[in-house]
Amino acid sequence: MATPILQPVERENYLNKEYGVWSWLLTTDHKRIALLYLLSITFFFFIGGFFALLIRLELLTPAGDLVQADTYNKLFTMHGMVMVFFFLIPSIPAVLGNFLVPLMIGAKDLAFPRINLLSWYLYIIGGVMMLHCILTGGVDTGWTFYAPLATNFTNSNFTEAALAIFVVGFSSILTGLNFVVTIHRMRAPGMTWSRLPLFIWAHYATSIIQLLGTPVIAVTIVLVACERVLHLGIFDPKLGGDPILFQHLFWFYSHPAVYIMILPSMGVVTEIIACFSRKRIFGYSFVAFSSIAIAVFGFLVWAHHMFVAGISVYSALVFSFLSYAVALPSAIKVFNWTATLYKGSIHYDAPMLYAFGFLGLFTIGGLTGLFLAALGIDVHVTDTYFVVAHFHYIMVGGAVMGYLGGMHFWWPKISGRLYPEGWARLAALIVFIGFNLTFFPQFVLGYMGMPRRYFDYSHMPEFQVLNVLSTAGSTVLGVGYLLPMLYFLWSMRYGKPASDNPWNAAGLEWKTASPPPTFNFDEEPVVTWEAYNYEELDAPHKSEVPVGR
Amino acid sequence: MLNNFPLWPQQASTLAAHVDALYIFLLIVTGMMAMLIFACLIYFAARYRYRPGVPAEQIEGSNALEITWSAIPFLVFMAIFAWGAVVFFKERTPPADAAEVYVVAKQWMWKVEHAEGQREINELHVPVGRDVKLIMTSQDVIHSFYIPAFRIKQDVLPGRYTVEWFRATKPGVYHLFCAEYCGTQHSGMVGDIVVQEPAQYEAWMNGGSTGPLSASGEKMFGELGCSTCHRSDAQGRGPNLQGVYGQPVQLEDGRTVTADENYLRECILDPGAKRVKGFQPVMPTFQGLVSEEQVNALVAYIKSISANKPAGGAKTSASSSPPREPDRIQAQANVKVQAPLNAQPSTSQVH
Repeated sequence: MATPILQPVERENYLNKEYGVWSWLLTTDHKRIALLYLLSITFFFFIGGFFALLIRLELLTPAGDLVQADTYNKLFTMHGMVMVFFFLIPSIPAVLGNFLVPLMIGAKDLAFPRINLLSWYLYIIGGVMMLHCILTGGVDTGWTFYAPLATNFTNSNFTEAALAIFVVGFSSILTGLNFVVTIHRMRAPGMTWSRLPLFIWAHYATSIIQLLGTPVIAVTIVLVACERVLHLGIFDPKLGGDPILFQHLFWFYSHPAVYIMILPSMGVVTEIIACFSRKRIFGYSFVAFSSIAIAVFGFLVWAHHMFVAGISVYSALVFSFLSYAVALPSAIKVFNWTATLYKGSIHYDAPMLYAFGFLGLFTIGGLTGLFLAALGIDVHVTDTYFVVAHFHYIMVGGAVMGYLGGMHFWWPKISGRLYPEGWARLAALIVFIGFNLTFFPQFVLGYMGMPRRYFDYSHMPEFQVLNVLSTAGSTVLGVGYLLPMLYFLWSMRYGKPASDNPWNAAGLEWKTASPPPTFNFDEEPVVTWEAYNYEELDAPHKSEVPVGR
Repeated sequence: MLNNFPLWPQQASTLAAHVDALYIFLLIVTGMMAMLIFACLIYFAARYRYRPGVPAEQIEGSNALEITWSAIPFLVFMAIFAWGAVVFFKERTPPADAAEVYVVAKQWMWKVEHAEGQREINELHVPVGRDVKLIMTSQDVIHSFYIPAFRIKQDVLPGRYTVEWFRATKPGVYHLFCAEYCGTQHSGMVGDIVVQEPAQYEAWMNGGSTGPLSASGEKMFGELGCSTCHRSDAQGRGPNLQGVYGQPVQLEDGRTVTADENYLRECILDPGAKRVKGFQPVMPTFQGLVSEEQVNALVAYIKSISANKPAGGAKTSASSSPPREPDRIQAQANVKVQAPLNAQPSTSQVH
């Protein structure tokens, strides 16, 4: 066994059907495009992560001693822009969603395979522009690029970064469009809406936000560009404009964008919890419709980012109320996931560990959202590290945990190989510990009053201890994120070949080969069972396939 | 006790206690919710771990449970919402007789001007026990005036005024931060809030005043030629500004607005935007001709000639001030002994 097995599965699949660069760059296969996305977003994840590490190193000491003020401002700006627009938003939808949506509903591909490829190219064009922007000096506006700072004051190359975001936005719109049409039109016979995996419901809700929300950020960027180049006076008060208008437009997209990041992760976690507790998900329809409710209510809460921005007390009141309304469907999901475990038969494979990690971190992230939605408290903690901690618990604790859990769960399907389980469990643990060590101290820092985006806190050295804890945690977290990349790469060559359904999981994607053939199914599947039919799968006459490993 | 807890911010304003009370309530409530969820997760994870031969029990769901765990959190949420709103209204409603301090933010410093004329940079001196209202604007980008020990924060915008208020409860030096990212030296835009006992504060006030803000406003009102049209009788080409502050104003386009600080400011910088009914659009704009500080002085002056509002920084703490007269013209005119009272307009009431 000295020679690694290169092709464990002799049969033709999407990976070995064709070789060569052009077979990838011109592919219209949703699975190959998913892998193109996987490579590109991983690249950007590590760029964004590198910036984060530099930020944490700078904050190790109160004085601004590692980098210059402008450099630091560019670091957190580029960290935010890269992570939000080039990693988190495309992460689960464009990789796992792209790979799995057709497989899960029994389709041969997405509805518009060429548009799918186009969306990747748009992502790459935007990505190259962003990289060029970084390499030629970067941007220092903050990822929120508020007017009039970004429109009238910054000297950095903001226009290019804005155009990069503009372009990558269309990639997101096209992915959403593709998913909506695919889910409506291409479900296999018998795959009714009530039989859809909840992963699909979550992606459907996400796609609606992408379709309806992303154009607003595109329009906003056009207005900002007009303001910068033509000085139209849309946001500039000296010309009769209103800088708060920018914030309304920006958050009208960027708040729902948080749900673009977290909803798919919720979908992933739902699949994992069902599989590893061997149960139908508790309250299927409540979990499904809570995704839709989040998508709808998510559009009505944007001004909760603006309670101290100069909006009236009465509009603040309305947006505070609506923010509590959007918290409810998320709470319902958490309760249903917890209830699913009840009387389950729970396995502790790595994907499930990530799902548990998601539950813990998302719960903390969600509950601290209740603090921020409370008007009286938000005045004190907004724009402090409390907010930084809160949204990292949702967008990194929640979304990235879900993403990693999903990558482990479907890795055998994607690569045809098993990842090393021991390493994977260790990585899940390291990520969980590192994450909490990094971000929990920031809640305390925030309530003590440390503002965001300060590179020098020598005026308030009492904040150092908590910052040192946070920096220490970030190095642990960094190791936790590097490990999966290493052993996934390792497993592509040395991993044990995966069977078609190594988890004995429900769902159509497990009923085809690992890796799947180019058109997914040798014959069109006909669905005659409900989602999460684990009872049938585990029934004694079928139990010759061992559960887990 | 909380003040000595090193992981807790100092509590130095009347609002801080209200905010902290709600915060502690939230810590308890969300802590209980988290414990409940985590306890269930851990218990289920341990109790229902995989055992050979023990299959999972399939449960479809339960509408009764769904309703319960939607309704109870919703009620809790509404309680938090209501409490948060009550605290917020306190934070956002400055007392009518608060002392007024003008703040101008710019990249990257805070310029402070007291109604009595004292100017400070990156520092604000206030006495214990007095309501202070900050009237703030920015010369360039958006900043945010944040005092953690007081639990207050308000963005400071170019092109308009925003206000926040506090009443300090404890002498000391507290952090002032810019909380809205404003460019290169954002983290250098910090300062100190110096809260003093009334006597010390009086002593500080006695040093180096250039006269009340409204007095420099009055001077400017003459120099810029405002007074040629805005006469104190009905004969002027512009409206008589005596007593206009805080009153409803009928506009040419039929709307009615209240003449607050923002309206006065807008009329100076963009006179055509909200023209008073019955007057011709003859006033030139002063955009670019006057600095933010000068606009503040003009606004302070116009407020000082209005009878209905005891504006300005007059009301000292009970110990040193005489009983306050009922509001009348220039009630603001400096109960403080050292202020150059004769610099006030002739109508002012001198104690």
